[in-house]
Formats: sequence, structure tokens, C-alpha cells
Amino acid sequence: MNSNVPLIKNSFKKILKKTESKNRLKNFTINFGPQHPAAHGVLRLILELNGEVVVKADPHIGLLHRGTEKLIEYKTVLQALPYFDRLDYVSMMAQEHTFSLAVEKLANISVSPKVLLIRVLFLEITRILSHLLSVGCHAMDVGAMTPFLWAFEEREKLMEFYERVSGARMHAAYIRPGGLSSDFPAELLCDIKVFSLNFSDRLAEIEEMLTNNRIWKERLVDVGIVSSKQAADWGFSGVMLRGTGIAWDLRKNMPYDYYQDLIFDVPVGSKGDCYDRYLLRVEEMAQSLRIINQVISVLDNKIYDFYSLKSQINNSKSSVKYNVMKTYMEDLIDHFKLNTGSIVLRAGETYCATEAPKGEFGVYLIGNNTEKPFRCKIKAPGFGHLQSLNDMCKGHMLADVVTIIGTQDIVFGEVDR
Amino acid sequence: MSLKKKFFLKSWFITPDSSGVMNESSIKMYNIFSKVRPSAKYLIDRKVFPYIFCQKFNNENIYIIHKKNILFSLFILKNHINFQYKLLSSISGVDFLSTQFAKNFRFAVVYDLLSLKFKNRLRVKVFLNEISTISSSCSVYYNANWWEREIWDMYGIWFDKHPDLRRILTDYGFDGFPLRKDFPLSGYIDVSYSTDKRRIISEPLELTQEFRAFTFESQW
Repeated sequence: MNSNVPLIKNSFKKILKKTESKNRLKNFTINFGPQHPAAHGVLRLILELNGEVVVKADPHIGLLHRGTEKLIEYKTVLQALPYFDRLDYVSMMAQEHTFSLAVEKLANISVSPKVLLIRVLFLEITRILSHLLSVGCHAMDVGAMTPFLWAFEEREKLMEFYERVSGARMHAAYIRPGGLSSDFPAELLCDIKVFSLNFSDRLAEIEEMLTNNRIWKERLVDVGIVSSKQAADWGFSGVMLRGTGIAWDLRKNMPYDYYQDLIFDVPVGSKGDCYDRYLLRVEEMAQSLRIINQVISVLDNKIYDFYSLKSQINNSKSSVKYNVMKTYMEDLIDHFKLNTGSIVLRAGETYCATEAPKGEFGVYLIGNNTEKPFRCKIKAPGFGHLQSLNDMCKGHMLADVVTIIGTQDIVFGEVDR
Repeated sequence: MSLKKKFFLKSWFITPDSSGVMNESSIKMYNIFSKVRPSAKYLIDRKVFPYIFCQKFNNENIYIIHKKNILFSLFILKNHINFQYKLLSSISGVDFLSTQFAKNFRFAVVYDLLSLKFKNRLRVKVFLNEISTISSSCSVYYNANWWEREIWDMYGIWFDKHPDLRRILTDYGFDGFPLRKDFPLSGYIDVSYSTDKRRIISEPLELTQEFRAFTFESQW
């Protein structure tokens, strides 16, 4: 017993020494969020700091997890659709659209050209909506208040278009499998035209405030540089991928809907830093405006036959035309069945991806000859981007973490699902 | 054709079906698949990487691979000059419980790959039963990390040699795997704020009305 005492003492001393030396070198660990305004929602980020330099960033996500995928398995297709508005809640229609495309693929539904045009119109409005928030909030995170206010003023106008077409400012549920929820009010086209004429000036104003701003450049240039190899390794998409110099835009490379017939450019970054990605977002807004103008001119000149909005569903015996529906009993029954009983998904599966404002938004849908999806996996771009936060932040200062979260354009609705 | 291959063919063609019985439409699907299969067969030689069979659906190529070969196959698909699927879009889990298919394999892990070079997508599938594990693909695709964490969280599929296999989306201390088909939609616990205790408490769930799951195939 006695012989053990010095042994214990010795080991105790050793432990003490060890902890002392550890204490001297120990990194500082802080909790960033979940209530931090620059965390863009409910991100709990555990940062390990050496002085002011980030050693490790461990994002804890799931605080906004609502079990969307589980809920969709218990809902018919039409009931499941509004969940997609609530994923990335600043680019609502882009996600409805992806889900609609996936369902249309599985249920073998073709959609009339007018519907495609209106979809493209609203997809681009959605892109502007999302990028305005992204640029505005990013600027506010690093200290510029004014562009944020201007951006939100424009967003309000865009959300009014949403409201006029669907009745809801944000969660529209307008794009539906097989078409749209309702026809497009003709006078709206004129107002969108007016908006598009004015918006390029607003865009120039925002650029004037930021692009050559010394503080903005100091905060963004050379921060969060991503090489093209890293971007592929980390599974990036959208602006994050294009910022590194890879010209990959699903609208161009794997065109869907109407995009192969539209003229627009895909801007590409050169350096892969946050400043490049800011410039890309601004340029993409300008390109979206270009697309909107083209679509308006096509819709305005009525180059395309105005089909009935209810699409033709190949595997059902009759297509339901809206005008006819009001006059004939059989068509009314068909319409009722479609709207209450939903669409039957064939046994089979599809992965459908589109270029959402934040990147590649994908829906992996498995059908089993019922009205409810057997499995609906949602591939959110933000999930993949946030994953690389640790690698992007390593070696940067604490303040740059805010810049990097801003440039990744993270929205927790889609990350947590 | 070896016994194993036959087995896989047979078991997959019974498509997921809520009733668990092979009905008319799933037999139809069988025919569609078998028609497509021969042409799809020539897409990739089996010598390049060992897949069990390939199917083509909606112009999407799907390769079914034995779980032993997954790392090797992904490596080939990523680095072979003819494929260059450099980007992993996502990994998803599927639970086949309550289908005929679940007798042999309950889960599937599905890898969606993207080749920027050839503008092409490819899907790789691995089937697992309840007790088997699969090796983590983090060594091939760096961003597999979180996708695999999500599958572990949601389905309880264990990924061997994963660098950091923690739960990701559910709450700290959550029990169970919510996306499994035998996990009820309402869950087991109810989290609320107690004004008496002035903190968040979790209690066993009590519903005033029993949850009604409408499992019939079609309303019409």
C-alpha cells in the first residue's frame, strides 16, 4: 500500500503537468448560433479558435428538421407539393417545379408550351428573388445596410407577382404536376414588363454600392477560395461551382422545360473567392431579366397556341379542359377525381434535378402504382455546401466565417428538411 | 447465369408495392424492364466494374452492385477516363419494408453520380438487409460524409470506417430511425415547453384521436 503512494503521486504530477501544458495550448471553443443573426437561421456552429484563426468548424444542423420526406410518404402528390415551398423558403417555385417535373416523368404527363413558358417566367422571377436576398443579406452580414433595404423593396414587388398569380406572397403552390394551379392573369404580363424595365436600374444601384466598395472588397476578395477540383470533391453546384470556373448550369447543360430555346449566358468566376460569387449572383440576376424579357415577348405576341391549361394526361382516358369542365358532367367528374384523388405514380423511379437559385436541387422519387410516393428523397444544394464549411473556414479569421456562410447562401429550410 | 444473378433479377423485378402482392401493374413493369434490359446491358462491360445487372428507366442508367464491390466500383466510375463521374450528387436510403422485396433485402443505398465531362448522370444501387453494414465511400467521394451520416440517422444503416458517424438531423439524444417504414409518422415523444418547470420537456406522445393511415392503393 505504502509503496503505491509515491507511484500515485508521480502519476498525478504527470497528469497535472500534462493538463497544464494542454491548458496553455488549448484552443478556444465557441458556440456560433443557433440564434446568431449572421447564421442565416438556426445554424449551431461550434468553432475552435486559435486566437482569432478558425481551426475547426463543426456545424450542428437539424434544428429546423420537420421530417418533410417522411410526411411526403403519407401524402398524395398534390398534398405533398406545398412542402416544397417550405424547404428553401426564398426560392419557392423552383422547388415546386422540380417536384412537378419528377412527378410528370413518373406519371408520364406532358405539359403544354404555354405552361412551360409561364413556368420559366416564374422560375426566373424566383431566381431574382433568391439572389436579391442572398446579396442583400450577405452585404448586411459584413456591414452594409443599404443594399439590403433596396433588395427587399424589389423582393416585395416580386412577391406581389406571386400573390397575384396564386394568392400567396411566398408559399405559392402555383406550379403543379401537370401544369399550373390557375391561369395567368393577362394584365400581369404588362406589370412584369414594367418591373423588368426598372429593375436593371435597381441592380445597377446595388452594384454601385458594393462592387467597388473598399470595405466590401476587403471583406470578400480572397476569402473562401475554392479550386475547381475542391468544388467537385465537395459536391458543389450552382454559383458555388461556377465561381471556380466550371461552366456548369443545368439550364444549359441538361436543359429542361423551355431553356434550350432561350438566349442567356452562364457567367463563370475566375478565382473562386467570395467576391467572384457575389459578382456571379449579380450577373445571374441580369441574365434572368434577359430571360424574362424573352418570355414576355413570346407570351405577348401569342406565338404559341394557347392550349387549355389543364395538361393532357396520357394515361388517363380523357384530358380535362377547364372550359369544358364547367359544361359537361363527365368532365367535371374527371376534374374532381384528378384534384381529389391525385395522380398515380407508376412503379419506377427517377432522379430529377433542376438549377435552383442555390444550386442543383434534386428530387429522387420512387413510385409504386399508388398515389403516394414510396420514397421522396430531396437533394438540397445547401446541405452539400454547408458540409464544406469546415474546409472553407479553416485558416480564416472568425469574421470571415460570416462572409463564407453568406456566400454559401444557406437557408435552413432546405438544409434541415 | 449464376444462381446469385438469377436471385437478384428475380427479387428486384418485384417492384415496391404497398399491398406486398405482385399485381397486374407490377407484372407490367416486369415486362417493361425485361424489354429494356438487353440494350442497356451493353452500356458498360462487366469487366470494367463488377455490377450484378443494369436497368434503364426514363433514360436513366441504374447499376446494381454487390455491397462488397461498392468502393471499387465507385472508384472506377470516378476515375476511369470513360466515365469521370467526379461529382456525387447525393446518397439516399430506401426502406422496402412491407413489400415483397423486403424478404431478402430491406434497405437500398442509392448513389447519384454526375459526370460534368460527359453531361451524364448515373445511379448506383446497393441492397442491404437489416443486419448488414456497408463500407463508407468517404475515401472515394469526400462529400459522402454528411449524406452517409443522414442515412445512418434516418435508417440506421451502419457505414464501416466512416470518419465521423454521428446523428445529424435529429435532436440530441434522439432514439429510433425515423424514415424507416415501421416508425410511426407521429413519432413516440412529444416535446413541449413546460411553464411550471420553465424548460423544455419531452413526454410520451398521447394523441386525442388515433392516427389514421389510409393505406388503400387508390381512392378511386
